[in-house]
Amino acid sequence: MMFDFDQLGPRLRLFARRWLRAPTLDWPLALALVLLACVGLVNLYSAGAPDTKVALNQGVRFVLGAVLMVLLSRVSPQSLRKWTPWLYAGSVFLLLVVAVLGEGRGAHRWLDLKVLRFQPSELAKLTMPMMAAWVLSRGELPPKFSSLAIVGALIALPAGLIAKQPDLGTALLVVASGMFVIFLAGMAWWRIGLVAAAAAAVAPVAWHFMHDYQKKRLFTFLDPAADRLGDGWHIMQSEIAVGSGGLWGKGWQHGTQSALEFLPEHTTDFAFAVLSEEWGLIGVAAVIALYIFIVGRGLMIAANARDTYSRLLAGSISMSFFVYVMVNGGMVAGILPVVGVPMPLISYGGTSVVALLAGFGMLMAIHNYRRSPH
Amino acid sequence: MPEMNLTGARMQLRNGRADAEAFRARAIVGFLIIVLCLAALVSRYVFLQIYRGTQFAQTSDQQRISVRSVAPSRGLIYDRNGVLLADNIAAFRLEVVPEAVAGGPGGLDKLLAELGDVVAISADDIERFKIARAKKKAFESVPLRLKLSEDEIARFAVDRWRFPGVEVVPYLTRAYPLRSLFAHTVGYVGRIDMNELVKLDANDYAGTTHIGKTGVERWYEDELHGKPGSETVEVNVGGRVMRTLERVAPTPGKNLYLSIDSRLQRAAEEALGGRLGAVVAIDPRNGEVLAMVSEPDFDGNLFVNGIGQADYTELTQDPRKPLLNRAIAGGFIPGSTIKPYAAAAGLELGVRTPSDTVVSTGEYHIPGQARGYRDDFPAGRVDLKLALAWSVNTYFYSLAYELGIDRFSGFMGKFGFGAKTGIDVAGEASGVLPSAEWLRATRNQPWYAGYTVNVGFGQGFWVVTPIQLAHALTIIAAKGANRPPHVLRATQSGIGAPVQPAPLPMPGPSVGTRPGTWKAIEEGMWLAVNGPPPSTVSGLGKEFPYAIAGKTGTAERYSRYDETWTTIATSSAERHQVLFECFTPAEEPRVAVVVALEAGKSGASDAAPIARKILDAWLKYDDDAPATPAKVAQQ
Repeated sequence: MMFDFDQLGPRLRLFARRWLRAPTLDWPLALALVLLACVGLVNLYSAGAPDTKVALNQGVRFVLGAVLMVLLSRVSPQSLRKWTPWLYAGSVFLLLVVAVLGEGRGAHRWLDLKVLRFQPSELAKLTMPMMAAWVLSRGELPPKFSSLAIVGALIALPAGLIAKQPDLGTALLVVASGMFVIFLAGMAWWRIGLVAAAAAAVAPVAWHFMHDYQKKRLFTFLDPAADRLGDGWHIMQSEIAVGSGGLWGKGWQHGTQSALEFLPEHTTDFAFAVLSEEWGLIGVAAVIALYIFIVGRGLMIAANARDTYSRLLAGSISMSFFVYVMVNGGMVAGILPVVGVPMPLISYGGTSVVALLAGFGMLMAIHNYRRSPH
Repeated sequence: MPEMNLTGARMQLRNGRADAEAFRARAIVGFLIIVLCLAALVSRYVFLQIYRGTQFAQTSDQQRISVRSVAPSRGLIYDRNGVLLADNIAAFRLEVVPEAVAGGPGGLDKLLAELGDVVAISADDIERFKIARAKKKAFESVPLRLKLSEDEIARFAVDRWRFPGVEVVPYLTRAYPLRSLFAHTVGYVGRIDMNELVKLDANDYAGTTHIGKTGVERWYEDELHGKPGSETVEVNVGGRVMRTLERVAPTPGKNLYLSIDSRLQRAAEEALGGRLGAVVAIDPRNGEVLAMVSEPDFDGNLFVNGIGQADYTELTQDPRKPLLNRAIAGGFIPGSTIKPYAAAAGLELGVRTPSDTVVSTGEYHIPGQARGYRDDFPAGRVDLKLALAWSVNTYFYSLAYELGIDRFSGFMGKFGFGAKTGIDVAGEASGVLPSAEWLRATRNQPWYAGYTVNVGFGQGFWVVTPIQLAHALTIIAAKGANRPPHVLRATQSGIGAPVQPAPLPMPGPSVGTRPGTWKAIEEGMWLAVNGPPPSTVSGLGKEFPYAIAGKTGTAERYSRYDETWTTIATSSAERHQVLFECFTPAEEPRVAVVVALEAGKSGASDAAPIARKILDAWLKYDDDAPATPAKVAQQ
């Protein structure tokens, strides 16, 4: 059968108009992300040495993530909004499936789809702020108690499932992404204060429900030297790596802490320690400045968004990005406990990179469909 | 579709400018909080990297840089003519890297069992291996069998594929090419044990496995050991060496040249003929020891790479005590060999002149006492010369009695009795110089005059070592000059380096001031060898080119009043400790020899002939002999 080329012509034109229309990306944000990805790759090349596969794999993931980002930047926030409840429901469903059938080292996090293995919790990081934004954008702002309660419940469900896997770090990120929506929606300050007080009161109860290994991590964090050869080792070696970097660092590929394997997990959780060791305070400050720029730019996009849903979603994605940086940076510097939160675009890890860039894709979409300047 | 548009429009209406403003306010607050938090985070990095940066940089270096000692090679030991006495030879040992052994934890035991079919592995080896293994990391290789034979190396090479993780590794090991000949004098090295480990300088011995245990090896440990070099290496978290940063070569230990002539040593050993005892030959002109033999001996090589339990038990349980260096630690009753020194005391302290005479009736009585002190025969009236030549006890009974114990032992102390000579061979004993003080201190007993009489002819409490006697003999030979005996002649700080003569030990205080003392004693000792009977060793100097002066000693091993005299010591050939001391040429002595046997009939019959054989050998090796036709012909 002959293919109808006459039919194809107009369709191709339509496709081109829809997907290749310029501008589709916020260039300052995109450039900052590319720069960060380059820093991440250069750092992983050194941290993973002599195995170059680490940097190479990560590069492939960056490309995949970038493609996804560009694709998502074309999807209108309207469509995203329309699909939000289903996506949220879908991710909660997958979390339930993982809870029943999942696999992974020590914790059930992974879902093996034969062609693709991924962590549904990463999906939840995106669908959570979407769902919260969806709920709160339907009512009046600042939100009433009833909608806050609903959002609270919607946060608690996936967060609880993820915490049970157990993956405290991701649960924390999911909770944060939901809370940021509430915060940006204008939740009254006195309510914020109340929630904070309640959280402090609940802490002992949470302690009761924590896994032994989680409790141990907390203890170890409080006194790393007490567990010199176990978890405390991570913290101490990371501090040594960071501190020994000094102002200017030991130089690229001259870090000893990772090359000699004193620093555990030096391509994943502690990749930033390698950067700190090799590039010193100068490198740290530059990367943190880049992160601040990205967060700031994201919040600007949010402020200029077309509708409440887009605003809340864009704001939450940007602020969640900060949580990654804070938790991982704090862990590497020994001021926060060791939880598995990667340093965005610096730590090695496929799902995280793709999920992060997907989030930025949505941010780009919101930028694409922003309010026309008056 | 129309419905969709409608909701969209409604929404846009609701989300007015006010909402956008409210959001902007929250976003600004949020951003400020974020910037504050990240500023706090960066300040933590400032704290770690700037404020504590130097400290962390040090910690980082400390845990990655390790300085390891490189053991120096041990100095070699030669005899006076450059004959090698202690060598470092290349040997091969079997080493196992536990990590690389196949089959997990159980695999090691299986491997040891299978290896045993190819290479002999004793229970000792396995025991030692397990102890060493416990102290090392899994990737560090642990010695299993030292000193593989060529056959074993060949057999292992064929079957090597069966034993992953097992390697044949070359190393340097101490070897004593002359085996038992210098077992006592040179001694041996052995693995450093726990007691030594705590005393040693940890830096100097970090890479060293062996240390001198006995003899010269022990005495000159510091010289032989050398200075270790160092290797600065970078290690990873598991302690594995990743690269070498710096290397300082070790300084090898000094080579030692001993004064001993291994040919004379060999001759002395052969002359002893396996009898329990010792020989010491010294050049009285400088105190250099020319030969020092103790029998029975053993092979020092056994100890180097860890002596097996069976061999060790055999050596320690042997009633003949082969590990005892009788030349410096063997205790002998001197008997009549003490007489020349007693004579010197008498002459120097003015109790006798050479011509003073004493009558021997065959029995001596202390004035006013009934107990008799026996003489071998009634010699009649004898002067000093005859008293020495015939070994007349009565002369020395009365001499000692007249001197009194304090003056007697005081003067004997000048000859070095009762104290170590300080010879540079580890393990010397000090013997016993009897005195009233000594008896009070050690046994809390009063001294009786009878003791003095007994002590005067070398019995009763006396214990001397052959080296002490030889040293005292050199004082007579050197006419009062006190030159401490020593074995180190020269040192060399590396193969090819110049040989530096070792400084002589500080001379001790000279003995004797009166003219004629030494002449009289020398004449008496000469007569003992060269006079007609009853000179004690009449005929010993026959057909010897130089005049020999000597003195016998036959000491009673058992008390005559004890029943062992008749029961255990029934054989007269075993009844005595027999000694002989001599020097030659009598006027200008170049060698002084002491022979001491633990059991024999008499000094004259057993010890003196051995001394003569040694002197005959010495003639051949005497470098300072005036050129004679025979000598010239030999060269």
